[in-house]
Amino acid sequence: MTTTEKNIVALNTEGLSLKSASLWQITWRRLFRRRSAVVGMLMLGILILIALTAQWIAPYNPLITMIDLKPPEPVKVRQAPCIHLLGCPRDKPQHIMGIDGNLRDQFSRMLYGARLSLLVGLSTVTFAIFIGTVLGALSGYFGGWLDNGIMRTMDVLLAFPSLLLAIAIVTVLGPGLINALLAIGIVSIPAYARVVRASVLSVREMEYVSATRALGGDTMQILFRRILPNALTPLIVQGTLGIATAILDAAALSFLGLGAQPPTPEWGSMLGAERNQVFTAPHLVFFPGIAIALTVLSFNLLGDGLRDALDPRLAHIS
Amino acid sequence: MAQYLIRRLLSSLPVLFGVLVVTFLLARVIPGDPCHAILGEKATEEVCTRFNHEKGLDRPIYEQLGVYLGEVLHGDFGRSFRYNQTVGRLLLERLPTTIELSFSALLISLIVGIPLGVISAVKHNTIVDVLTMVWANIGVSMPVFWLGLMLAYVFSLLLKDTPFWLPPSGRISPGVADDPFYEVWKLTLPESGFLLSTYQFISRFNILNALLTSNWKLLGDTIKHLILPALALGTIPMALIARMARSAMLDVLGQDYIRTARAKGLRQRAVVMKHAFRNALLPLVTIIGLSLGGLLGGAVLTETVFGLSGVGRILYDAITARDYGVVQAFTVVIAVFFVLLNLVVDLSYSYLDPRIRLE
Repeated sequence: MTTTEKNIVALNTEGLSLKSASLWQITWRRLFRRRSAVVGMLMLGILILIALTAQWIAPYNPLITMIDLKPPEPVKVRQAPCIHLLGCPRDKPQHIMGIDGNLRDQFSRMLYGARLSLLVGLSTVTFAIFIGTVLGALSGYFGGWLDNGIMRTMDVLLAFPSLLLAIAIVTVLGPGLINALLAIGIVSIPAYARVVRASVLSVREMEYVSATRALGGDTMQILFRRILPNALTPLIVQGTLGIATAILDAAALSFLGLGAQPPTPEWGSMLGAERNQVFTAPHLVFFPGIAIALTVLSFNLLGDGLRDALDPRLAHIS
Repeated sequence: MAQYLIRRLLSSLPVLFGVLVVTFLLARVIPGDPCHAILGEKATEEVCTRFNHEKGLDRPIYEQLGVYLGEVLHGDFGRSFRYNQTVGRLLLERLPTTIELSFSALLISLIVGIPLGVISAVKHNTIVDVLTMVWANIGVSMPVFWLGLMLAYVFSLLLKDTPFWLPPSGRISPGVADDPFYEVWKLTLPESGFLLSTYQFISRFNILNALLTSNWKLLGDTIKHLILPALALGTIPMALIARMARSAMLDVLGQDYIRTARAKGLRQRAVVMKHAFRNALLPLVTIIGLSLGGLLGGAVLTETVFGLSGVGRILYDAITARDYGVVQAFTVVIAVFFVLLNLVVDLSYSYLDPRIRLE
């Protein structure tokens, strides 16, 4: 067999196998072939595991100070990490990441922080996707003045650097984790509205949509059953990368004292509370920051992998 | 071209109007009244009534909006309650810090990011490529404020007493002379307030002022203070630019004309720099434009960490202190800058790719 023939045979079998595989199976398979995406998924898996089991694996309650323990532990404020394996005397209590400014166990607080971080990312992006989808769908489907009104409003929102706008919104609503989430959610709406509008526009005039209309399908049915599924792929990619940005922005707001309030074990606020101690107690700044970076990194890796896996132009790589 | 420019400027007017209204409303619905925020919690009812009347805060909100829009069109941004000087002056005072910081950050990100991306594309799928991309992925995921603090820890504390020591905060060290160029040159100060403001504005760019007055001590000191914040602020755009440069170059390097160029016997260097890079510039310019916007948001955090009183920091302070005038003016200026930036990016497309006609 010549090389060309071999290729043709190879192509044929591939075509056959593709026929039986659904889009999700193909995507899944492609995702697993990308090393960076696998690393991202692994990191995310560990993170989710930590978040789910925080109450069992954390050695201390994240809100309780060491002097409130019975019996109280003899530790100093902002004490450096004490790890038995690394030569810390056995008679001293072990604190893997040291003690924070309020005599709490930093490691336990870090573990609980994973919960908040994931919740922050998921909730803001869900909120933004929901509102953005509604606005984008209305805008793209109905067009005209509605489209103009919605998209110009989105343009105004996009005219501000997102973090500054989020800061401004939080000041209006008042500092606090929920308000910070709302602010970040609002700021990220335009991105999703644009994605959805673009996909709606691209299929609105297609024949299968007209066919549904001719068959008597109502507007809602056309929008939700026929049109919006097309926006799913770009939304998934945008959403995954959006979670990364949301976590980063929420941490920034908490760092500035506008998000989660102490004593909530949130990484950004833990970092912000101890930022002036960076020279004397670097461990209190180092660990929360590296945790934020790793979480954001895992979503970025996964998002990039998903974009490649879902891109039909890269189908031949499957 | 001119027609396109005018149309683009006109079409951005509604957005700018929206920005003005949004900033006005945001500033007005911030809870708590400015009277107590400025004069203190103990200000009596009577004092507050007079204060509100003086500042026009007792008039209906639509009237305030009308007055505000009228003032802005005249280039008058009002006074800052807190600093008790005109907002315009405050802006002129603080802008140089932020511009200097943002541009140094952008410069670092370009100087490092573009070559990294290009090399990564040329050495596609080698260890260099993999390492660069791992690094770039980590770079985009960095919290700016954390990176700033860690850099300060390493360079100001761990490397103390070494030549690599860098200051952790401020713009210049105490005791370093920063006489403005117009005093050094013994210029007669102009009568016109506008010209004087321009002089002062220019002199607040420390690097520029140091160059103008050949004040090398000031130059070195300013640069030393700039390195850490610029590095912290520049890391995310640097990583973004490296990634974009790589994917754009990979796109171009796979095209037929590149093979032709190679077949002609051109050296690798000429192929990469002359044939490929120019065509990879288009997506790069877009991402650079976008990064500049992100830099302004990051400036709030960087300025907080490094104790710089630039626009970002003042804006944050003003929002928390309900200093309406400052909030409005600064956000408007930033938004206008954003809109103009997008225009410049669009214009550069037709310069970089003559096939793109702007109509």
